[in-house]
Amino acid sequence: MIQVVSTPQWRAREYRREQIFQLVGALIVLFALTTLVVLLTKILLDGFARLNPEFFTSFPSRRASQAGILPALVGSAYLLLLTAAIAIPIGVGAAIYLEEFARRNWFTRLVEINITNLAGVPSVIYGLLGLQVFVRTLMMDRSLLAGACTMALLALPVIITAAREGLRTVPKSLRDGSLALGATQWQTVRYTVLPVAMPSILTGVILSLSRVVGETAPLLVIGAVVYIGTLPDSLFSAFTVLPVQIYNWTTRPQHAFQENAAAGIIVLLALLLTMNALAIYLRNRYQKRLPI
Amino acid sequence: MPNNAPATEVGVSYTRAVVQVGVSSRNRRRVRAEEKVVRGFLFLCALLGVLTTFAIVFILFTESLGFFKAVSLREFLTSTVWTPTFKNPSFGVLPLVMGTLLTSLIALLLAGPVGLLTAIYLSEYASPRVRRVVKPTLEVLAGIPTVVYGYFALTFITPLLQKFIPGLEGFNALSAGLVMGIMILPTVASLSEDALYAVPNSLRYASLALGATRFQTVWGVVVPAAMSGVSASFLLGISRAVGETMIVAIAAGSQPNFTFNPLVAVQTMTAYIVQITMGDTPHGSVGYQTIFAVGLLLFLMTLMLNLVSEAIRRRYKGARV
Repeated sequence: MIQVVSTPQWRAREYRREQIFQLVGALIVLFALTTLVVLLTKILLDGFARLNPEFFTSFPSRRASQAGILPALVGSAYLLLLTAAIAIPIGVGAAIYLEEFARRNWFTRLVEINITNLAGVPSVIYGLLGLQVFVRTLMMDRSLLAGACTMALLALPVIITAAREGLRTVPKSLRDGSLALGATQWQTVRYTVLPVAMPSILTGVILSLSRVVGETAPLLVIGAVVYIGTLPDSLFSAFTVLPVQIYNWTTRPQHAFQENAAAGIIVLLALLLTMNALAIYLRNRYQKRLPI
Repeated sequence: MPNNAPATEVGVSYTRAVVQVGVSSRNRRRVRAEEKVVRGFLFLCALLGVLTTFAIVFILFTESLGFFKAVSLREFLTSTVWTPTFKNPSFGVLPLVMGTLLTSLIALLLAGPVGLLTAIYLSEYASPRVRRVVKPTLEVLAGIPTVVYGYFALTFITPLLQKFIPGLEGFNALSAGLVMGIMILPTVASLSEDALYAVPNSLRYASLALGATRFQTVWGVVVPAAMSGVSASFLLGISRAVGETMIVAIAAGSQPNFTFNPLVAVQTMTAYIVQITMGDTPHGSVGYQTIFAVGLLLFLMTLMLNLVSEAIRRRYKGARV
């Protein structure tokens, strides 16, 4: 430190070091940005030419130029709706229980530790779980319903966490007011807490569901098929989804199929973007309208 | 009155609730019954989380048990040949573990330094304007489906690397690992930034007041103080990489090689599970049961990484000044 104050060379060196580090830092930060731009550009260049109306209305085919994503798109939509129908009530219910009803005891702590750990379980393991429980034991076969149940389990930890955060935004005074007027706990939740918390819960839930749309591995494991000649017409139909179709096309050696994959990716990303935009819109629209 | 709708709605609901409660004893009984039913249902919802964990553990263990009746644990953990579907099968899981470790290590070699530097730059140097651009970019990177990263690795990174590295195979651990690094970069960067952010300003001021430069303050004071949080973020990043499936299934290949050479094809545990479930290995055969044994190992590995990471993070949160 004595040296520090004394020599001008030292100061010059430190100054240079500082400058260099700032530059390195800026370059590193640019790295993330560049990667994203390169990735999106590459995919747009590869796939944009394939995005014609027939691509959206055709079934998969042996010929790359005639193949389309209709069953995958419909399958993704069905799977998303079905997963939401299963996961949202259960997830929000669990969140309500933990936030509004449960006392802090060993059970709630156990549930909380569980949720944290479940969020870190690799998605392919959920595939094994779905394969054994839904496909085999409950004999749902490789159906839309089995897929949705598996995805619901996968999405639950995220949905519960998001819903709890939403419930926490509701001020305690509202609950106290309702209870003081003689409402029961559930009436308070149902008529007071939920209406106020709904927008932020919805935002979180949509964001978690957008993960489901892009998820591939568990569906491959439970056996989403790629070639189906008809659209799924019941809960027990075989199905395919966009990411599985993209995976299949990507792993083909022919270049033409990879263009299809890129086009499929554009559609998938557009879908995700829409969901995220919807979530952000909901958040911005309702954020400032809290009554208190 | 749509303008102040939420406030009004809340008010109205109070009245509704109160009127319902106060009418008659029959009504009160009904309300009480409803309360019990709802409470029970909500409890079941919360219970499902616990049940899921138990189901995962139960299934992985019972199915693996069938496998370990046919194959000794010793062969599984020490043999270096993995050919479960051959006529003369060998069940050494090490090649798959090696493939997983290799790709995850490459991912961390990219995401560790880049993530830490990004975090340092964002928390110590960047102007608010830069932050406003970079943080959403990282969030977008985190939201991209892994199958898309797999496509990117196979059709862009591998051909690009092949121009510089002549011996690089079409499927290889290097390109899959690098892209996996990009995938876990947001996790590492944002958790590291949280850790740096938690370092109290008094430490920075003290260092600067002693005449240290910003560079010296960052590397001599802030980063060491945040080290536990930073290492927790690295561990969580590795855990994500170990459990990641699609990138390696697409770009790393499907040959279980017992090697640390990043230029050749390898197979990871996750990619193996996908390969078998998509193939025509008959149910109930030992070859098929391997996926549960491999799944169990994978589950235990990620669980351990997560638990250690979580423990470290909780400790530094507690130590926050």
